[in-house]
Amino acid sequence: MASASTFDKGAVQATGLRERLRPYRAVLASRARSQRAYRTSFALDLGSSLLVGLVELAEVWVIFSNVTALGGMHFNQILLVFGMADLAFSLADLSFGHLDTLPDFLRAGTLDAFYLRPQPILLQLITSDISLRRLARAAVGAAAMGIGLATAGVSWGPRTVALLVIGLASGYATFAAMFVWAAGLQFFLLDGAEMTNAFVYGGRYAASQPASVWSRPLKLIFGFFFPMAFTAYLPAVTMLGLPGPDWLPTWLGWCAPAAAVWSWVMGLLCWRWGLRHYQGGGG
Amino acid sequence: MSGAIIEADGLTREFRIRDGRRRRLLTAVDGLTVRIEPGEAVGYIGANGAGKSTTIKMLTGILVPTAGSVITCGLRPVPDRRRLARQVGVVFGQRSQLWWDLPVRESFRILAAIHALTTAQESDRTAELVEQLELGGFLSIPVRQLSLGQRMRAEVAAALLHSPRLVILDEPTIGLDVLSKQRLREFLVGERRRHGTTLLLTTHDMGDVERLCDRILVIDHGRLAYDGDLPGLSRTVGAERVLVVDLAEPSPDLTGLDGSRHLSSEAGGLRQRLAFDAEQITAAKLLAAVSDKANVLDLTVEEPDIEDVVRRIYAASRSRPYSPAEASRPAASPASSTAMSP
Repeated sequence: MASASTFDKGAVQATGLRERLRPYRAVLASRARSQRAYRTSFALDLGSSLLVGLVELAEVWVIFSNVTALGGMHFNQILLVFGMADLAFSLADLSFGHLDTLPDFLRAGTLDAFYLRPQPILLQLITSDISLRRLARAAVGAAAMGIGLATAGVSWGPRTVALLVIGLASGYATFAAMFVWAAGLQFFLLDGAEMTNAFVYGGRYAASQPASVWSRPLKLIFGFFFPMAFTAYLPAVTMLGLPGPDWLPTWLGWCAPAAAVWSWVMGLLCWRWGLRHYQGGGG
Repeated sequence: MSGAIIEADGLTREFRIRDGRRRRLLTAVDGLTVRIEPGEAVGYIGANGAGKSTTIKMLTGILVPTAGSVITCGLRPVPDRRRLARQVGVVFGQRSQLWWDLPVRESFRILAAIHALTTAQESDRTAELVEQLELGGFLSIPVRQLSLGQRMRAEVAAALLHSPRLVILDEPTIGLDVLSKQRLREFLVGERRRHGTTLLLTTHDMGDVERLCDRILVIDHGRLAYDGDLPGLSRTVGAERVLVVDLAEPSPDLTGLDGSRHLSSEAGGLRQRLAFDAEQITAAKLLAAVSDKANVLDLTVEEPDIEDVVRRIYAASRSRPYSPAEASRPAASPASSTAMSP
């Protein structure tokens, strides 16, 4: 096009991936810098995040000081489920959690600024912030998972490593998709942060429980529709070679990536639907 | 490809709003047809809620039109939003697009990355904007600590960093003091001269229109009520300037001066107000005529108030539709909302 600005041509020439990622890197680097700039405040953030993680872990421990097994799992095995779920969730929360600030943007009308920049809205929003304090929470999850792996009687081999990697990666992707899913709904429920928090954090809580204790409706909701059982419980069951409960056979642990894909399809559909609503009806 | 930078054809936007228990259709922009050429400076004025912001959102791909079409910079705003963003800069006077907790310099660096500027482009353009908008004194200060005037200049620089062909400013001078307004206007005039940038601005400030715009669009209830230049606007509505003179001694009313009309006298004629039509007589000539009759100590010239101009345009457009095209549409001008079943 004859009238394209010189900058547009420059952008076309520099099509490398590095160049494509430059906008996101620039924002994220400055966000990370600004969070670490106030050392005391950052340390307090990390500390409080650590405390929350420990309290949740303590809850599991309290339950198991009263019973020896829950849903066919022992404490060490639950520790593995809890750790995997918590690690995957904390990392998703670190990189996607700020999507729940969307209602603030909508109320203040500042979402429009994202429309004026030449990147996809969702990618801009995801990379608009990063919550480094969640690293503390992730550390609690990693520690719990490590202890679980070491003590739950896992037989080490390529199969176990593969399940662990697939489980964590899929768990991360599934939780991340939950944040996108919830954000898409925010376009319709301007004051819906509470409602979507309930299912995002409720989902996280469900993910760190053995799915075998769930009733059938719960298995439908958190086993398949919001596939929380696939983020930690099912990969752990497969890894440990435990018999799966009704509707959730042991081999399903290998299907964690399918759950992640399903969650992303639903999340992106929801997001698209929300964006359409914003451009078409709201504003 | 047509050469126009904005080409709207029957652009319409309706909103469904909840009014108590009933739902209504509110027509925010109603069949807007307008063509803006590259390099023009256009003032887009109208009362609050007349449809200005809705139009801007449709031009930039934020909102999807209900009907009609618009081409901005040769692109369709909604499907080509990302390409369009590289050619358009938008300043929202009341909504910051900067990162409130980052220094101004850092915001510019991020925006340069967002618009994929090369290092040379980034440093040249930043240097130019810093010089022209006098940002040097507060580049390292976080945006949240800036005064309103400083923040607006930083906002304008941020929106113009990628050298857009079209700059849209939504109330750019709102809340600014006289000096800050003046500086910002001078910058925009210079930017347009240097780069041939097209300007579209909404404002409530007649000064903005007079000093920046060579074409005015007035929108009323989503419809175009006037399209032309400023003198033409004043002619259409008969907006008059007012000369206020303070005299040395109480004097009789200064009636019967050519091209002017005596409005009022205060303090027994010490202060008198004379309305005059700028098309017929200059302020200087009128002052000379007044000076022949009385000893003038002080004077001020009041400009026509934009709200007043808009009000007169509205009154005129309702008694006599602006264009035949509009007259043939179903009448819905003042109450452009129609009831819809729940």
